[in-house]
Amino acid sequence: MSKSVDQPEMNRREFLGKTVVAATAATVAPGVLLTVANANSEQQGVSSDVRWGMLIDTNKCADGCSACVDACNKENGIDLQQKPEGHSDEMWEQQRVQWIRKVKLQDKQTGEQTNLPLMCQHCEFPPCVDVCPTGASFKRADGIVMVDRHICIGCRYCMMACPYKARSFIHEEVANQLANAPRGKGCVESCNLCAHRIDDGGTTTACQDACASKGHNAILFGDLKDPNSAISKVLKEKSSRQIRADLELNTGVRYTNV
Amino acid sequence: MRSSTGIKQLTALLLGGLLLVLSTAGLSESAVTKGSKAAEMDACVAPTDEMRRNHMDYLQHDRDLTVHKGVRNVTNSLAECVDCHAAKDENGQAIPVDAPGQFCAGCHEYVAVSLACFQCHRKTPEDKSSALESEPTGGKLGLLLDAGKQPTLTPAELDQLHARILED
Amino acid sequence: MKTLHYRELWCSSPRYWGGLAFLGVIILIGLVAAFYMEHSGHYVTGMTNQIVWGLPHVFAIFLIVAASGALNVASIGSVFGGPMYKPLGPFSSLLAIGLLAGGLMVLVLDLGRADRLIVAMTNFNFKSIFTWNIFLYSGFFVIVGVYLWTMMDRKVEKFKRPVGFAAFFWRLILTTGTGSIFGFLVAREAYDAAVLAPMFIIMSFSYGLAFFILTLMSAFWWADRTLGDVRLAKLKNLLGVFVGSVLYFALVYHITNLYITQHHGVEGFILLNGGVYTSMFWIGQVLIGGVIPLFLLYSPAFATSRLAIASASILVLLGGFFQVYVIVIGGQAFPMNLFPGKEVLESSFFDGQIASYIPTMPEALLGIAGIAVAMTLVAVGARMLRVLPETLEDPEDECA
Repeated sequence: MSKSVDQPEMNRREFLGKTVVAATAATVAPGVLLTVANANSEQQGVSSDVRWGMLIDTNKCADGCSACVDACNKENGIDLQQKPEGHSDEMWEQQRVQWIRKVKLQDKQTGEQTNLPLMCQHCEFPPCVDVCPTGASFKRADGIVMVDRHICIGCRYCMMACPYKARSFIHEEVANQLANAPRGKGCVESCNLCAHRIDDGGTTTACQDACASKGHNAILFGDLKDPNSAISKVLKEKSSRQIRADLELNTGVRYTNV
Repeated sequence: MRSSTGIKQLTALLLGGLLLVLSTAGLSESAVTKGSKAAEMDACVAPTDEMRRNHMDYLQHDRDLTVHKGVRNVTNSLAECVDCHAAKDENGQAIPVDAPGQFCAGCHEYVAVSLACFQCHRKTPEDKSSALESEPTGGKLGLLLDAGKQPTLTPAELDQLHARILED
Repeated sequence: MKTLHYRELWCSSPRYWGGLAFLGVIILIGLVAAFYMEHSGHYVTGMTNQIVWGLPHVFAIFLIVAASGALNVASIGSVFGGPMYKPLGPFSSLLAIGLLAGGLMVLVLDLGRADRLIVAMTNFNFKSIFTWNIFLYSGFFVIVGVYLWTMMDRKVEKFKRPVGFAAFFWRLILTTGTGSIFGFLVAREAYDAAVLAPMFIIMSFSYGLAFFILTLMSAFWWADRTLGDVRLAKLKNLLGVFVGSVLYFALVYHITNLYITQHHGVEGFILLNGGVYTSMFWIGQVLIGGVIPLFLLYSPAFATSRLAIASASILVLLGGFFQVYVIVIGGQAFPMNLFPGKEVLESSFFDGQIASYIPTMPEALLGIAGIAVAMTLVAVGARMLRVLPETLEDPEDECA
């Protein structure tokens, strides 16, 4: 929609094409091998060869600990969100953003207690993506489900559809953000598995780091498609489950000992 | 201003583009805000004329690349616009680029184009030393993350290549 | 049979303009309220991350559902060949367009980013029922518009039947689509039921006809035209059938749910211990929207009482509003069961708790403005187009 009449004739494909041609010329000449990703512009960036996922060992998750929640709030600028002046605390509790939350459960029969963090489960077949009218709610090739805020119209249908209540709506004007976590009034958002870290080559999420630094190590993040990754190995050995497995959404976040 | 409609924005953009072309001749080279990092540099990621006319398209192109394909090391990154173009006040604090008269707002106000980016995006350079302690990644490119494959281009190299094409 | 003459609705200027001005003020207040919510953000509403769709959605869905039902009278007239309904066809189409426009306005103005409406019109995800609905709604305007034209212009009268058929099927799909918005939400126990789609269709029949009877009676009263008892009695009997069907569908819906052990929680919530939602269901939906109207419509004591017909229609609409409220808000208020067999002891995100929702004034004002938009469109349309017959006196040669 921002195409003006006075633009030079350069569309995206052409632009990328030129880049690749130049890149090829520049790298092949000194005799360096090109990776496949470079040769085809469509394969740039995230790849479907990986699927990011998480395994949470609820036995290790400590009662009363909120290190993961705090770390997430800091990493994604959620702590910069401010309650509008004069607004009631009670309402604000229900309107502020929460990407990850701690839940404490008790079995109705046995009385056994379980603690676990709950966030976007990064489904393979995400209902939020199915229902989004504009395609703003989408799943990246590497399995991360997120919101493209640029085309989100704030209809909240995804929030209605999500079985995990993983999404939050921005109810107020936001003044301060982190560069890696844009946030503004009227759009929906949720956990993106710290996509900015992963894209920059990181291999851990903020919540995982925080949990590890507390010595709990309840959160394990990794590539579900790589059979040699730590997460795949544990998943193969231990019995784990998906929350609401009956919906057949094939979540990327799994739990043991629930 | 903030709740202008899409159609309004479209017309405003078209009109703004036209106005910009007309006004480029009149603007001097020193349109960059004094006291910003950009003031010390020779050129942006592309020649000034071109940036004035096309920055919105470059930004939109790379934004989709970042959001949907996870390519973060793009030439036309909004965060870098802010890093370079934000001025500092007398206390050394960065002034938001969308504050009245500042680099982004100054022009956008003049041409009456809504500056929607900063409804969600950060408006001042980020103090990277404290805010983020992300893993040292050696500047690997997002596109070359496949296991076992070594990155062949550093971001700086790619930026140079981008710049070269833009100069063509 | 006498020939029918259609004429623009005419009544004295103060009466007409006064009415329009009244509606205009309501719309203006609603728009101001919408701007206020849009400008401050949704924190000024009662909506939260727990109750994500609130009162505006209740109004919008209610109006959209009623819109497709309002077209019923025209369909009966030209598709199913009911001679008594035929003269009412054009007005019924006009009302359908008006109600849909009002509902859509409310829906759109409640978006978090209403300024990005153009994005919704240019980016489509064809798996989304919302996207289908964008096409269903715009298609409805076009088809019903053409339908109205074929009913009003003798030159194109020959197309009336096929276009009428098209409109009839389109509106069935449209209401199915609206019902499916909820029916396909597998996550929430109150919504995950295929019966919601047909239930929405029968709800649309009932609300649409109630709206039609009310607007028709007021239009004729406004313009001092005659409305025959026999014709009104036909509409009245039809309304009775629809009201009964809505009750029947509600019964089927709840009985089906009661068979499913997993759904006992949500059923108990709506039917027994849900506080305001339980009252709304029994008093609002069943009593006000069902039992009392049925009594008013079928009791011999009120056989020809216009007051009874009008009151019954108003009660049907009120009850319908409560019904949509219970479906939309009540369905969200009941917590999702993420961990079967477990009780949630602590959660910062209100897991396992019944969510509270207290609608605020701006939300209500926006919703009421939607109804005013519908009524304004009908008033202006009826004044400018020949949609209403000069008289609807009972035909002498025909007996009901």
